[in-house]
Amino acid sequence: MPRWLYLVPVLVFVALVGYFAAGLTRDPHLVPSVLIGRPVPAFTLPPLPGLGAGLDSAALATGRPQLLNVFASWCAPCRAEQPVLLHLARAGVSVRGLNYKDRPEDAVAWLDRYGNPFTSIGADPEGRVAIDFGVYGVPETFVIDGQGRILDKHVGPLAPEDVEPLIRKVHP
Amino acid sequence: MGSKGSPLAAGGKKGDLTPVIPELGHYALVLALLVALVQATLPLAGAARGDAAWMAVAGPAALAQFGLIGLAFAALLQAAVVSDFSVLNVVENSHSTKPLLYKIAGVWGNHEGSMVLWVTILAGFGAAVAAFGRSLPPPLKARVLAVQAMTGFGFLLFILATSDPFQRLDPAPADGNDLNPLLQDPGLALHPPFLYLGYVGFSMAFSFAIAALIEGRVDPAWARWVRPWTLAAWTCLTLGIALGSWWAYYTLGWGGWWFWDPVENASLMPWLAGTALLHSAIVVEKRDALKSWTVLLAILTFSLSLIGTFLVRSGVLSSVHAFAVDPARGVFILGLLTVAIGGSLLLYALRAPALKAGGLFAPVSREGALVLNNLLLSTATATVLIGTLYPLFLDVLGAGKVSVGPPFFDRTFVPLMVPLVTAMVIGPLLTWKRADLAGVLGRLALVAGLATVAVLAALWSHGGGPVMALVGVALAAWAFFGAWVEWAGRIALFRVPLATSVQRALGLPCAVWGMTLAHAGLGIAIAGMTGSAFWVSERIQLVHPGETVEIAGYRLAFRGVEPVTGPNYDAERATFAVTRDGRGIGLLTPEQRHYTVTGMALSHAAIHTTGTADLYLALGDDDGAGGWTVRLYHHPLVPWLWLGCAVMVAGGLVSLGDRRLRVGAPAVRRRPAAAAVAVPVAVVPGSGGR
Repeated sequence: MPRWLYLVPVLVFVALVGYFAAGLTRDPHLVPSVLIGRPVPAFTLPPLPGLGAGLDSAALATGRPQLLNVFASWCAPCRAEQPVLLHLARAGVSVRGLNYKDRPEDAVAWLDRYGNPFTSIGADPEGRVAIDFGVYGVPETFVIDGQGRILDKHVGPLAPEDVEPLIRKVHP
Repeated sequence: MGSKGSPLAAGGKKGDLTPVIPELGHYALVLALLVALVQATLPLAGAARGDAAWMAVAGPAALAQFGLIGLAFAALLQAAVVSDFSVLNVVENSHSTKPLLYKIAGVWGNHEGSMVLWVTILAGFGAAVAAFGRSLPPPLKARVLAVQAMTGFGFLLFILATSDPFQRLDPAPADGNDLNPLLQDPGLALHPPFLYLGYVGFSMAFSFAIAALIEGRVDPAWARWVRPWTLAAWTCLTLGIALGSWWAYYTLGWGGWWFWDPVENASLMPWLAGTALLHSAIVVEKRDALKSWTVLLAILTFSLSLIGTFLVRSGVLSSVHAFAVDPARGVFILGLLTVAIGGSLLLYALRAPALKAGGLFAPVSREGALVLNNLLLSTATATVLIGTLYPLFLDVLGAGKVSVGPPFFDRTFVPLMVPLVTAMVIGPLLTWKRADLAGVLGRLALVAGLATVAVLAALWSHGGGPVMALVGVALAAWAFFGAWVEWAGRIALFRVPLATSVQRALGLPCAVWGMTLAHAGLGIAIAGMTGSAFWVSERIQLVHPGETVEIAGYRLAFRGVEPVTGPNYDAERATFAVTRDGRGIGLLTPEQRHYTVTGMALSHAAIHTTGTADLYLALGDDDGAGGWTVRLYHHPLVPWLWLGCAVMVAGGLVSLGDRRLRVGAPAVRRRPAAAAVAVPVAVVPGSGGR
């Protein structure tokens, strides 16, 4: 075996340390999306069993700004984020839910357990609509204006300090 | 762990020292750090110079280090047990009304305490080598203990610099903040110690690997010394993971048992790599081949344990389990990782090319099968690593923290397990060096026949199901029956009189029994996983007292809800009378608990198990009008998941009893050469069949 092959493990590890080091300095924050300023993609999603109506693009253009949160019961960061969403909902913000690649019964049990802040929820078990939204992981939160245009996108769990800016965006 | 009985914790006498026990614990840690420094340097220099006196420092130093850290651990335990609220750590994680078990478990239910447990176990393994490793050549022993002490030094420094568990609080509050109620559970009380025994246990394989690289020699004797430590660590890790998973199953409220959470993955990766190591070390031991690969695996296995620790503590990944996050700790552990893993991989790059390649073998052979096992397990490890770190990669590239979750792992990890389990049955039937595949086809056909019967039985009882469910059943039966067909071959069952077979079975080495049990256990566990993935039925329903709910042939009559008071919580307890076909089965009493101190509410599920299925009932909220939401699940085969894990653990324990691995027994004090010759005759698996 050539000698340089023995160097591969340590080189891979050095790259990994680079990522770790960068990861330590990182904070989740708002990142631009190509969809910002564009209308939400057209879609219609069924509801989760027992949880009222589903979700479609029309429900995101009701004349007042709203949030669209992409969540799943298997997503650990979503659990951390749920109290923040509940707080937003109590503050009068309309938060719509997009249940991503989940089993509906798991999602219902999960909402039962961690609280349900959503005005209405669309179940997207295949993740098709999420693709149209450019979602690449959960959680993600979109800020949508009264005309159904995407104003902003937050990747990763919302932190308590994100609440004020979001409320200001939704109730200017 | 052996420190629990130390005089400070057990004494309880109101001696003069009682008020300063936390300070004594702190000093003990500082002393342990100094001892570790001596142990990490002097014996290493001694081994290089051939100085027997310097090398001899290693043993007593390892024992002293363990004694001191054990003392610190006992001091922390004492503070928690007597609820000494002048200690910040106790205030943050305990409460005077908390049951004793959870006062004890609370010691490792937080960052500082769990790190103390971590170094206690690390030093415990070092002390075990010092005490029982009498047959080790002195230079190897000195180097192994020195490397072990380097790891210990790093982590002790970490504790003292960033995570002092003995920090005082003045004035002391009247009572504590209580432990997260999710963690107040018997399964979780024992989960961390076993998990740590597992992945800290791999430090021993790591130390042996580094010592071997320094010495520039890896031989069958080395593998024989490494294997018991790896096996012990693997057994504990298996148990630890199973306990954690069991806990998730009955506490998180909907019967899930594995979430591909970063913290779970952090324990799964060392398990996968450790399983690979366990198997590749066999090849080194028996055939003197795969040496540099085995050394690399030993380094990687422990490195993955360290990376897991880093991921959990630093907050670079979001997780349900994550401890309180502190960037300073993250930076410190990253530095530690860089030195420990980077250093050892560099040493590997420099020294491994000099290791002499050993015996050759044909692709179809026992070695070939074990290489395949290693390839698949390492790929699976890499898959889990990538899936776990992918969110971090995205984050660093500016895309934020996300979770890829089960959709990723279902598509990548599960497909790797299919060939792995398939090969797991074929491998043990093959001979070393060059095997005759045609010769084992007959027995494989028998296993395949039994697996087909199992699939038909599943089809019959469940009326079909997704293809993957049938694949799961086939794999489970293939693994289970494969293990026993191989075992039957060894004892020539039905080919010689039964009495002779029984005699042969009794005479089989423990290692063989261990393998059979572990492989069969995996088969049982796969059946459980399949059942829980594909055949769960559930109902979520609003019920009023007097109404009944039905699921999978069971009738549950709701009698009502009454308030109950626990030691540190108030609860609403629902009572359901369960009947099946008119026969009374018993009462199920799920609870909604409200922990008074933390203010958290927790659903406590009630489970009725038949041995082949679980009836799982969780109480939701009331609707304010006398109705209660209940979630009712029928989980077929899930009990087998826990049974399978228990059988695997039993396999590990039995295998540890094998004579040639018995680390402590004086009987091992044979010349290594003689032992090496004796092994193939006594143990070579598969020799019984031909």
